[in-house]
Amino acid sequence: MKSLKTLGIAAALSLGAMGAGHAQAPAAAPAAAPAATTMATPAPAAPDAAATMPAPATTTAAVPAGDATYVPMKPTPGVGQPVDGGINFQPQVSPVGETAYTFNHYILLPVITVISLLVLGLLLWVVVRYRAAANPVPSKTTHNTFIEVIWTAIPVLILAVIAVPSIRLLAQQYEPPKKDALTIKVTGYQWYWGYAYPDQGIGEYVSKMLTEDQAETAGEPYHLAVDNRMVVPVGKQVKLIITGADVIHSFAVPALWTKMDAVPGRANETTFTVDKPGVYYGQCSELCGVDHGYMPIAVEALPMDKWKAWVRSKGGNPDPQAAAPAAAAPAPAGPVPAATVTPAATTEPAPAAAPAAAPAAKN
Amino acid sequence: MTDIAATAPAHGHDHAHDDHDHKPGFFVRWFMSTNHKDIGTLYLIFAIIAGIVGGVMSGMMRLELAEPGIQYLHGWAQFFDPAAGDTQAKHFWNVLITAHGLIMIFFMVMPAMIGGFGNWFVPLMIGAPDMAFPRMNNISYWLTTVAFVMLVASMFFPGGSGLGAGTGWTLYAPLSTSGSVGPAVDMAIFSVHLAGAASILGAINFITTIFNMRAPGMTLHKMPLFVWSVLVTAFLLLLALPVLAAAITMLLTDRNFGTTFYDATGGGDPVLYQHLFWFFGHPEVYIMILPGFGIVSQVISTFSRKPVFGYLGMAYAMVAIGVVGFIVWAHHMFTVGMSVNLKMYFTAATMVIAVPTGIKIFSWIATMWGGSLSFKTPMVWALGFIFMFTVGGVTGVVLANGGVDTNLHDTYYVVAHFHYVLSLGAVFSLFSGFYYWFPKMSGRMYSEVLGQLHFWIFFIGVNILFFPQHFLGQQGMPRRYPDYAEAFTYWHHISSIGYAIMAVGMFFFFLNLVYAFVAGKKAADNPWGEGATTLEWTLSSPPPFHQFNELPRIA
Ligand code: HEM
Ligand SMILES: [Cu+2]
Ligand SMILES: [Cu+2]
Repeated sequence: MKSLKTLGIAAALSLGAMGAGHAQAPAAAPAAAPAATTMATPAPAAPDAAATMPAPATTTAAVPAGDATYVPMKPTPGVGQPVDGGINFQPQVSPVGETAYTFNHYILLPVITVISLLVLGLLLWVVVRYRAAANPVPSKTTHNTFIEVIWTAIPVLILAVIAVPSIRLLAQQYEPPKKDALTIKVTGYQWYWGYAYPDQGIGEYVSKMLTEDQAETAGEPYHLAVDNRMVVPVGKQVKLIITGADVIHSFAVPALWTKMDAVPGRANETTFTVDKPGVYYGQCSELCGVDHGYMPIAVEALPMDKWKAWVRSKGGNPDPQAAAPAAAAPAPAGPVPAATVTPAATTEPAPAAAPAAAPAAKN
Repeated sequence: MTDIAATAPAHGHDHAHDDHDHKPGFFVRWFMSTNHKDIGTLYLIFAIIAGIVGGVMSGMMRLELAEPGIQYLHGWAQFFDPAAGDTQAKHFWNVLITAHGLIMIFFMVMPAMIGGFGNWFVPLMIGAPDMAFPRMNNISYWLTTVAFVMLVASMFFPGGSGLGAGTGWTLYAPLSTSGSVGPAVDMAIFSVHLAGAASILGAINFITTIFNMRAPGMTLHKMPLFVWSVLVTAFLLLLALPVLAAAITMLLTDRNFGTTFYDATGGGDPVLYQHLFWFFGHPEVYIMILPGFGIVSQVISTFSRKPVFGYLGMAYAMVAIGVVGFIVWAHHMFTVGMSVNLKMYFTAATMVIAVPTGIKIFSWIATMWGGSLSFKTPMVWALGFIFMFTVGGVTGVVLANGGVDTNLHDTYYVVAHFHYVLSLGAVFSLFSGFYYWFPKMSGRMYSEVLGQLHFWIFFIGVNILFFPQHFLGQQGMPRRYPDYAEAFTYWHHISSIGYAIMAVGMFFFFLNLVYAFVAGKKAADNPWGEGATTLEWTLSSPPPFHQFNELPRIA
């Protein structure tokens, strides 16, 4: 159910285009994708398809439109954010994160610890045992085929043991997104993030870091807290389409084991599913200029009904299937959106926020 | 390589005490030098100066990072531009990381390893009178100097949101193209061009020297491992640097002449730059560490009084590392958005490198096994190297897993990893080599006590400095940040304390230098005894201005 996949450019390794420099077609504008019909990816035969997901139909029925109001959630200390003096990964709240954490914690970490201690132990042993005082006459041994084969073969075996779960983890991360995954378009700007929910008709809104005072008032950690979060439903797969507007940024949320570069001209795709309600912070992870350190990310995961309320509070429609396909108006390839896209925007069509759309328009 | 010294004629002695060495006058000797030892000395002095500059910058960064909030950047930025405000202060941070990274790599480690020790000891170890192209050698040195001046000068020119180039040493487009207006970034790129050209010339020189100027009987399979390491390094330089040159030339044309190699709006692709950069960049990390492998092999063998264990395996492990080093580059790009097959390939290929690296580690230990070890300063640095490099190496195996790197990429875990292999690995081997060959180069002994103090304080300091950064990285602290959330304070603070301890260690290094030149005992031709079997120890300390006028013959 977790999958990452690059859209647009056919192969991520674009060296083929190197010679010409211009040979490469500009990435398909992500904005071209939002129409509900474009999720052409065949639904994976994922056995866990419905396991963690509230049945959408019943939930919608239960919540009368406009009734629930959205109140930003308070973060839980120690979850979705670093803790002072902490030495481990942040607690993982997504299936991929759990797999990856388990892999690191129960295979990689013990292996590297044992190897380091083995080398340290051998060093201490030779230092003590073969110091000149204890061993005045050095041996002349310079070869021992058996031991050389051993210390070549054993590392190979260890690496093979590591490689299997490692490749499996990658396969899990790259599973194609489910048909009903929630699509969010993420755009990195100097120096803030823009989020749009094309299927829900929520136009791009801007997410900026709170000042120190604002963060304190909100009871959130300064440097991590933002004014408008990315809000997602718990248990539902989220598919991010990520691009950069000016330079490369990187969308990263440690508690979700998620990191994907926001590259101008590319639409990168990654997915995650949040298992627990909560606020999960992240920070831009690719040097993007002076305020690289000041464009944090906050993902808020809500139960489905609350999430729907949030969608309505943004003027969106939480049940795009119910609405006529026409609601998802074709996205015009517009100019790069200014920072002024108001969060309060009503059911405007998903703006073609992607700067990537610009080349398309030009050609 | 073991039976070299036995039959080498010790004719250095004849020359050592005569003053008719045909030394040119001061200016010609040092500014128009064609003597490999003098050029080596120039490179070492240069590297020490650049190391001080880069080290002071890292101290400034650790000072700023000791507490959350921005404390010092404004003041520092105002030194360059009295009108500097918030933006310029934050820009200055990026200038610091950029300059620190470039200086440490291109102007400290590479010149010291290859320009310094390579120039000094490759000819001596293969029994050659000098390098193959002495004048080209001189050009390499001066190009490096000009490159360094160019980089430092760039800090005084506009680079977008403030003075200086703030792109990181990786110079990623489009931050380094449309993202940074002004001459500073052009100057930084040009500086890398010059340093790269210098290294290419140097690489040609080393390859030619090693292939053509070995003394009679010195077959490739008898060459000391340090010479092997420089040979492999030279090939890596020769193959990798032209790619970097092409990549950054396209940056320049994108910046100045309207091309769009890296600009999607014109049909280019920013990710193309990253592929080209890391095609150079990964071999580059081996360029920095392979000569260190060579140094450590010499030192371990010398102070164990035992030939290197598995000599051929050691030599070909370096060749293997060099070859595989060219096909793993995209592990630096796991988050750019690549296909799953590509990621699996780069994960697997990267892990393969651990095998020859493991062979080296175990062979060093086996060299000591059964030996008769003495723990002179060079030896403790070499021992420190083995352990630190192992720690840096195993975290590399963690990062090699594309799925795990998703979380760790561009965090302090990576900063810790590469400082363990560079700042602790490469630098430990540099100090090892420096103490090992200092008597030979200068003709004087350093103080063993000060050398040991230097080692132990530095060792403790850098571990306190860099080990906690693994924790920061796992907690999610991104790299290249001047400021951080409060919850990262504890380990950042500890890390900065580690820096202070390390700086005390460095004080003893400089004290030792002063001591050696002022009061150091005269060094014997071979101060290390029977374990030191390579040709340089058959010469006087320092060696005559021209050595091996009559070629030694190796049995
Ligand atoms: C021993 C003292 C050193 C200290 C305290 C130190 C400290 C630092 C710090 C604070 C950063 C910036 C980290 C960040 O914000 O991302 C950094 C980056 C870096 N350092 Fe060091 N460093 C040291 C030595 C070295 C050495 C010896 C080398 C190389 C041979 C080196 C290579 C680098 C590189 C390549 C970067 C990345 C620059 C970039 O992000 O563009 N450092 N170092
Ligand atoms: Cu950034
Ligand atoms: Cu690499």
